[in-house]
Amino acid sequence: MAEMEYIDAIRLAMKEEMEKDENVFVLGEDVGVKGGVFTTTKGLQDQFGEERVIDTPLAESAIAGVAIGAAMVGMKPIAEMQYSDFMLPATNQIISEAAKIRYRSNNDWSCPVVVRAPIGGGIFGGLYHSQCPESIFFGTPGLKIVAPFTAYDAKGLLKAAINDPDPVLFFENKKCYRMIKGDVPLDDYTVPIGKANVLREGTDITVIGYSMPLHFCLQAAEELKKEEGISAHILDLRSLQPLDRDAIIEAVRKTGKVLIVHEDNKTGGVGAEVSAIISEECLFDLDAPIKRLCGPDVPAMPISPPMEKFFMLSKDKVKQAMHELAVY
Amino acid sequence: MSNQKFTDMVMPQLAESLVSATIAKWLKQPGDKVEQYEPICEVITDKVNAEIPSTVDGIMGEWVAEEGQTVAVGEVICRIAAAGTAGAPAEERPQAEPHTTPAPVQAEASGDQSMRGRYSPAVQSLAAEHGVNLSAVQGTGMGGRITRKDVLAYIENGGGATETGRAAEAPAKREVHSPFEGLPHANPAVRPEQYIPVPPASSRQSGLHMTESPRIPAVELEDQNGRAETMIDVTPIRNAIATNMRQSVSEIPHAWTMIEVDVTNLVLLRNKLKDEFKRREGYNLTYLAFLLKAVVNAIKDYPIMNSVWAVNKIIVKRDINISLAVGTEDSVMTPVIQRADQKNIAGLAREIEELATKTRQGKLKLEDMQGGTFTVNNTGSFGSILSYPIINYPQAAILTFESIVKRPVVINDMIAVRSMANICLSLDHRILDGVICGRFLQRVKENVEGYTLDTKVY
Repeated sequence: MAEMEYIDAIRLAMKEEMEKDENVFVLGEDVGVKGGVFTTTKGLQDQFGEERVIDTPLAESAIAGVAIGAAMVGMKPIAEMQYSDFMLPATNQIISEAAKIRYRSNNDWSCPVVVRAPIGGGIFGGLYHSQCPESIFFGTPGLKIVAPFTAYDAKGLLKAAINDPDPVLFFENKKCYRMIKGDVPLDDYTVPIGKANVLREGTDITVIGYSMPLHFCLQAAEELKKEEGISAHILDLRSLQPLDRDAIIEAVRKTGKVLIVHEDNKTGGVGAEVSAIISEECLFDLDAPIKRLCGPDVPAMPISPPMEKFFMLSKDKVKQAMHELAVY
Repeated sequence: MSNQKFTDMVMPQLAESLVSATIAKWLKQPGDKVEQYEPICEVITDKVNAEIPSTVDGIMGEWVAEEGQTVAVGEVICRIAAAGTAGAPAEERPQAEPHTTPAPVQAEASGDQSMRGRYSPAVQSLAAEHGVNLSAVQGTGMGGRITRKDVLAYIENGGGATETGRAAEAPAKREVHSPFEGLPHANPAVRPEQYIPVPPASSRQSGLHMTESPRIPAVELEDQNGRAETMIDVTPIRNAIATNMRQSVSEIPHAWTMIEVDVTNLVLLRNKLKDEFKRREGYNLTYLAFLLKAVVNAIKDYPIMNSVWAVNKIIVKRDINISLAVGTEDSVMTPVIQRADQKNIAGLAREIEELATKTRQGKLKLEDMQGGTFTVNNTGSFGSILSYPIINYPQAAILTFESIVKRPVVINDMIAVRSMANICLSLDHRILDGVICGRFLQRVKENVEGYTLDTKVY
C-alpha cells in the first residue's frame, strides 16, 4: 500500500499490466519519448521499448483504428487520446467499428481495446482542452465507459478495462491528476466494471455523480454535516456504461431526495439517464423532485479565468444545491 | 330531500314491434350524478341488448323497476332529480369519505404553509403502509411540507397503525403502489424490470384469426354455504337461446354432412392483400369474408338452400340474408348481413367487422337480428375442426367453416403440404336431401378453391 497521486495510479496500472502480459502496449501522441503531455506514460518507453510504447502521428482516427485492428488479432492495446477533445476524429472508429465488432461478427471476433482520454476543465485549457464527451458515447451499446474519481479506482478500473474482452473507454479526469491522492495497493487488484460505489452513508439526501465533482460533493457533505446536521448519502457511479441500476435504486431508497452531479452539460447527459431510471423504478420512493447540478448548456469552456470559474462546478455550488434539496 | 323535482324515466319504444323489455342491470345507483344522454341502465329484449340514456341532467333518485323485472313500454323505470334542485344526495357523498385535507389541524403552525397539503409519492407510500393519518403529522419541509423523514419520525414515535378505523381503512383500499415496493435489490440476478407481468402466451396454434386469447367466462357464483351445487339464474338471453335451440331440434329433422376444401390459394391471396386492405379500410380482411362470398354464390346456384318449411309448401326466399353466428363470453347471437348477394368481398368483410363489434359491445338492435335466411358459423375461430351445428330455426340449413390446418395431401400421387379446412352442413331433411346438399357443398368448394392471386375483393 502506498499513497500516490491519481496520475501515478494510472501509470502504475499500465506498467503492471505491461509487465504481466506482453500483448499489452500503449500508443498515442507523445506517449513515448516525452512520456505524455501530463507525464501519464513517463518512463514506460524506457522500460518497454518503442515497439510497445508507440509515438503516433497526430491522427486520432488512425490511433483508434490501429488499436482496434491490433485488438481484433489478440493484442491488448491502450490507445491514448491526448485530450478527450481530440477524440472526435476517432468517433467513427470507436462507435461504428469497436462497439459493433462482436455483434456484427456473430461473436466470432472481439475487440479488447482500451481508449484512455482525459476529460474535464478547470486547468485554463479553454475550448479544446476542457470538454467532457461522455454523452457522445454514452448511448452506444457495445461500449463500456468508466470514469474513476479516486486513485484506487483509477488503477483498479484501468486494469479491469485492459483485461475486459470488449472495448472500454477510460475517462480520466485531468483536474484529478494531481489534486486527488490516496492509498493504492501495490499488488494486483481490479475494480469491477459496472459496479457503483457508496462513498458516504447518509439519511437526508442522496447525491449521485462520477469523476471529479464528487470531490466537491464529499467536501460539501462534510461541511453540511458539521454546520447543519444534514446527512448526505453519496454514490459514485464509477461506470457510466453499464450503469449500476440496482445501486442507483438502492441509493435513492435511502432518502427519497436525489441530486445528480456531473461536469458534462445537463441536457442529454448521464444524469438524464440516471434520472430516467429513478423515475421508472422509484416513483413511490421519491420525496422531492429529482435535481441535477451540471455544467451549463453552452458550447464550450471559456478561456477567461473568471468565466471558467463561473462555468465550472465548485464545492460552494454543490453545497448550495445539496442544502436546497435537504430543506425541501 | 324536500322541494325536489323528479323526472320520471319511462321504458322507451326500442323497436316498432317491441311491447316490453327486461332491466338487465342498473348502471347508476341512487345518488349518482347523471348527465343527459348518459346510459342509466341496460335492458334486454328478444336477444337484443340496449342501453337506456337519461333524458335530463340530474341525480338518480329511486329505481322503480328492479333488475330482472320486465317492464312494459311507457312504464316508469326510475325517477331522476333534475339538476339544481338535488340538494341532499349531492352533498351526502363527499361527507361520507374521510376528509383528507388537513388544513384545520395545523392552523396554529407558524410561517409559510403553502406546501402543507402537497404529499410526495414517498410520503403517501409510507403513510399508506403504516396507516398514518397525514393531517396529524408535523411538516418540517419547505412551506410546511411533510417530508419522508417527518413520516418516519412520526411512526417511530408511535403514530401510525394505532390510528383508528377510518384512517387505517383508507390506505387499505390502495394497497398496491409499486410492484417493487419492499423488494430488496441486493440480488443482481433479480432486477425490477423482470417483475413486469408477462402477457399470457397466445393460444393460437391452429385455427384462424383468433384475435384474442379465449377468456375465462366471468360467471359469478353465489356462495351457498358449502353445498355441492351452485344455482345460476337463467338470463333472458340464455332463455331465448334455449327456446330457439329446443324448437329447432324438436321440429327439424337434422341431417349432417361435411367436405374438406383446399384453401392454400386463399391463404396466399389473403396474405397478399390483408395489410394493404387493413391500412386502406381500417378493418380486417378475414377468411370469413371470402367464405361468405363463396357460400352466397353457391346459394344463388342452389336457391332451395335459402328456404323455409311451411308444412304444406316450401317457401324459397329471394334475398340472401346471411345470419352470422357470433359468440360472446356467455351467449351466441346471430346478427344478419342483409342482401349479402349484393355485396362484394370487401363489403362482406366490413359487415362482419361491424356486426362482430356490435355483438361484443352488446349494441345489436332488433333490426340487426331479423330476416336471416341461411346461417354461417365460423367455428374455426375458436379452434374447432368439426362441428354438428343446430339449424337456426326456421331456416333450411346451417354451414360451419372450421379451422385451417396444414396437412399432408396427395396431389398427382405426390404428397404436398396444403392448408386444408373442413366445411360442415346441417340440413332440414324435410326440405333438402343428400344429393342437393352434396352438390351445393361441391359448389362452395369450387368457389373457395377457385380463388387465385388475381381475385379482386372489390
